[in-house]
Amino acid sequence: MSDSAAGLQIEPIIDTSIADRLRAALPNDVDYASARVVDERSEHLTVRQNTLEPIFNEFDTGVMISIWNGGGLGYAATADLSDAGLRRAVDTARYWATVTAGSMVTATPPPDHTTGTYRSPVEIDWDTLPLGARLELLHQQSRLLGIDKRIVDWSARLTRRNVDTLLVTRGRNGESGEIEQRFSFVYPGMRATANEGTNTQTRTFGANAFCGQGGAEVLGRFGFGDAANRVANEALELLTAPNCPSGVMDILLAPDQMILQIHESIGHPLELDRILGDERNYAGTSFVTPDMFGTFQYGSELLNVTFDPTVPGQLASYGFDDDGSPATKQLLIENGVLKRGLGGAISQERSGLDGVSNSRAASWNRPPIDRMANLNVEPGKSTVDELIGSIENGVYMHTNNSWSIDDSRNKFQFNCEYGQKIENGEIVGTVRNPGYRGISRNFWTNLTGVADEHSFTVMGTPNCGKGEMNQMIGTGHASPACKFSNVEVFGAEA
Amino acid sequence: MSNTGSGTGTGAYFDELVTAATAKLQGEEVLLANLAGERTDFIRLNNNDVRQAGTVDQQKLSVDLIEGKRHVGGSINLTSDRPMDEARLTALLGQLRDQRRLVPDDPYLMYNTEPMSTESIKTGNIPAPDAAVADIRSAGHGKDLVGIYASGDTYNGFANSLGQRNWFQSSTFNLDWCFYLRTDKAAKNLYAGFDWNDDAFARKVDWSAQQVAALARDPKNLGPGEYRTYLAPRAMEEVMSLLSYYGAFGKRAHETKQSPFLRMLAGDATLSPHVSISENTAGGVAPNFQSAGFVRPDAVDLVINGKIGDTLVSPRSAQEYGVATNGAHSGEYPESLAIAPGSIPTNGVAEALGTGLFVGNLWYTNFSDMSACRTTGMTRFATFWMDEGEIVAPVNVLRFDDTAFNMLGAQLEGLTDEAEVLLDPSTYMERSTASARLPGALLTGMRFVL
Repeated sequence: MSDSAAGLQIEPIIDTSIADRLRAALPNDVDYASARVVDERSEHLTVRQNTLEPIFNEFDTGVMISIWNGGGLGYAATADLSDAGLRRAVDTARYWATVTAGSMVTATPPPDHTTGTYRSPVEIDWDTLPLGARLELLHQQSRLLGIDKRIVDWSARLTRRNVDTLLVTRGRNGESGEIEQRFSFVYPGMRATANEGTNTQTRTFGANAFCGQGGAEVLGRFGFGDAANRVANEALELLTAPNCPSGVMDILLAPDQMILQIHESIGHPLELDRILGDERNYAGTSFVTPDMFGTFQYGSELLNVTFDPTVPGQLASYGFDDDGSPATKQLLIENGVLKRGLGGAISQERSGLDGVSNSRAASWNRPPIDRMANLNVEPGKSTVDELIGSIENGVYMHTNNSWSIDDSRNKFQFNCEYGQKIENGEIVGTVRNPGYRGISRNFWTNLTGVADEHSFTVMGTPNCGKGEMNQMIGTGHASPACKFSNVEVFGAEA
Repeated sequence: MSNTGSGTGTGAYFDELVTAATAKLQGEEVLLANLAGERTDFIRLNNNDVRQAGTVDQQKLSVDLIEGKRHVGGSINLTSDRPMDEARLTALLGQLRDQRRLVPDDPYLMYNTEPMSTESIKTGNIPAPDAAVADIRSAGHGKDLVGIYASGDTYNGFANSLGQRNWFQSSTFNLDWCFYLRTDKAAKNLYAGFDWNDDAFARKVDWSAQQVAALARDPKNLGPGEYRTYLAPRAMEEVMSLLSYYGAFGKRAHETKQSPFLRMLAGDATLSPHVSISENTAGGVAPNFQSAGFVRPDAVDLVINGKIGDTLVSPRSAQEYGVATNGAHSGEYPESLAIAPGSIPTNGVAEALGTGLFVGNLWYTNFSDMSACRTTGMTRFATFWMDEGEIVAPVNVLRFDDTAFNMLGAQLEGLTDEAEVLLDPSTYMERSTASARLPGALLTGMRFVL
C-alpha cells in the first residue's frame, strides 16, 4: 500500500454521458430549463497540539433542476442522478413553476444558452504531495507553534477541495448550452493562542484569508511553511503589548484587514439583490440606492475597485457564473466614483442597472443569487514605508478577528489581531486589541493613501454567508495596504 | 404534493445500509454512522411576490471507520438508489481503510460502546405548497412582505456496528418574515411549529401590522451614550448565540482560555444572580444524541444564579481533559439554550421600562474584546424610544458596545416572567433543529457608541 494511493477514491461523476442524460431529461415544452450538477470532493486535515485530529473526506454530489415556464419558476434539488431521479426532479420543478406562475417577482430566465469550459490553474498537482507528507508538514508546523508554555492552544490545518460543475440548459426552440468548470482549491491555516491570567491573545496565518485556487503551489504562494515561528512569537508578543490607544487618528490597514473592509463595506452594499430588497429579512438592505450609480463619490480619488473573476489562482475566479453568463473584469468604482453594481443577469434585468457575472450558488442544493466573486482594490503608487512615514499618530492594523456592520452596510466596527503604533512616521511598538469604527458612506472618502503592487496580496474569504435559503460561499479579495485618516480607534476593555 | 412522512422510510433505509456495511467490516473494525437529511419545500418572497421556490431533497451519510484507536471519517450523499449507495459507501470505506494505515493512534477517540437505541418521530400538519403560497401572499396582501418559508421533514440518525440505532424525525414549518414600511424600518416575525393553524397565523400577522403602524412615526436619532434598555427575547437570542458559539459554555474553550467567560472562570466577574442558563435538551427540538452515539441528559446547568456551572463536554474533550462527556457535539455549544424566566410581568414590560429603549432585535453581534466578554452589534427592525411606557418614535439603528458582564450582570434589573420559544430558522447546509427558550431582559443601562 503506497502512501500516494490514499487519495480520494470515489471517482468524479461529470463526464460526457451525464451531460447527454441531463440534456435528455430536460423538457422541451417549457420556456427555459437547466440542470446544474455539482460534484465536490474534499479532504480536511488538522494537527492540534501535535496530535492529528480525525481526517475527514467529504463527497457531495447532486443536481438542481430549474424550470421557467408560463411566468413561473421552480427548482428541485436531488442527489439522485439516475434517470428516474432526474425525471422526478423535473416533475417537481415543473410543479413549482405551475404553482408560482403569475406570482413571481420576476420569471425572466437567464438570457443565454452558453457553451464553454474553465479549469483552475494548477502548477503542482496536490496529489504529488502524498498524504503522509501532508500530515508531516502539519506536524512540523504544529511543533513550531507550540514553543512556550504560555501558548495554550495551537493548530495547523490543510483543506483541499475539488469542485466540478456542469450546467446544461435547454430552450423551447431547441437552444442549448453546456458549461463545464473544474475548480481546485487549497485552504491552509494555522493559529496560536497565548494566555496569561485573563489576557488571551490569538495570532493566525491571515485568519482564513490565505487561500486560493491551484495545487500544492498555493502553500508556497502564502509562505505556509515559513510562518509558524512568526505566528507563535507574535501571539506571545501580544501578551505583554500595551493596549491599543483610543482616539481619532490615522490607521494603516494591512491587506489581510483590507479584504474584510472591502467585503463588508463595498462588496455587500453594491449587491443588486440587496438593493432590490431580496435580502431585507436576513442579510439586510443597502445604503446604496439605484440613483447613485454613475455619480456617487463612494471614496476618495485614490479608490479604484474591480470585479475580476479572471485573476489566475484567486479564490473566486471562474469562467461563467451559475446562470451561464461569461465572466469578465469590470470596474465598479473609478477614481472614487461608483460606476457599476454587483448583480447577475436577472438582477440587471430587474433593476435596469449595469452589473457583472456574479449569479452564484453555494452548491447543487441552493439556487444562484448575487454574490461577490473577486472584488479587488487596485494598487496605488505609494510604498508602505512612505505611508508609514506620512503618519504622525496612528496604528498599523493586521489580520481581522471581529466584524460587525449594520443591515444597510453603513455603521461598522472591526477588530484586528495585531497592531503596531506609529508615531512621527515610524513604528514604535506593538499594541494589542486594535479596533476601529466608522460609517461606510464617509469612511472611504478618508482614504488618503494606497500602497503599490509590492504589498498587493491576492486572498479570499472562504465563508461568506447570505441568502434565504442560507448559503455559504467563497469570495476573493485582493488589496494593497491602505491608509485612512480621522478614524475612531479603540482598544481593549480596561 | 406533501412532504409529510416522507422520511419515515429513510430510517429503515439507513438501518439497512449500516447493517449491510457492518457485514463487510474487516477484523475488529467498528463503524459509526450518522445521517442528516431533509425534504424541504422553500418559498422565498420579496414585496409579497415569490422570488424563488422549490424543493431540496438531501441525505448526508457520515461515517467513522475505527480499528483500535485509529480511525478516519468521511461522508457521501445518499441517493435512495440502493446499489448506487452501497457502491459509493463501499468505495468510501475502502478509502478510509487505506488512509487509516497512515494515521497514528488517536488518544482522544471516544465512542459509545453501550448501545442505547432511541426513536422520536413527530408528525405535523403542513399545508401543501400551493396552499402555503396562497396563505402567505393573502396575509401580505397590500404589504411589503419579505422572507422565507420552509417546510417538510428533517431527520437525523445514528447507527453503529455494535447495534445501536437512534432516529429523530420531525415534520415542521417555519415562516420567517418582515413587513417593511420603508428603507430599514420593518417589523420582523416568525411563525413556526408542527401544525399550521390559520388563527394563530392571523394573530402573528395582526401583531406585525400593529408594529409597522408604530414605525410610521418620524424616527429618532440617538447619539452615543448609556440608555435604560429592554432587550426582547429575540435580541437576547442574538447576544446568547454569540456567547454560545464562541465558547462560553464549552469545555475545550474553558480549558484553553478561549472562553468569553474567562474573567468569570478567574473569579473576577459574575453574571447577575437573576441569570440561570441551561442546555435544555428535553425542552428543545434537536436530537438528543450525538455523532459518537452518546445520548444527552435532559438538561445541563451551565450558569446557576450568575455563577459558572457545568460545561458542555464532547467525547474528545472528555478524553483530553479526563472528565465525563455529557453528549455534546464537537462544537460544544448549546442547541437548546434556555434562560430561566424572572419576575417582570411580560405583559407589563413597557411600564417596567418606563423611559428608554425598547430593542426588538439585535443584529451582527461580535466581540470587541473577547477576553473581557465585551460585545458589539446593531439594533435592527422594531426598536423604539419609550417615554413613561408609551412609544414615542422608532429609533434609527444604533451600535452597542458593552460587556455581557454589564448587560447580564451589574446592569440587569430583571428578566420577564415568561420565556419565549424561538425556533432557529437557519438553513445553512440544512435546516437547523436548534432552538432557544429566552425571557426578555430589562437593563438599567446599556452602552451605545455609534
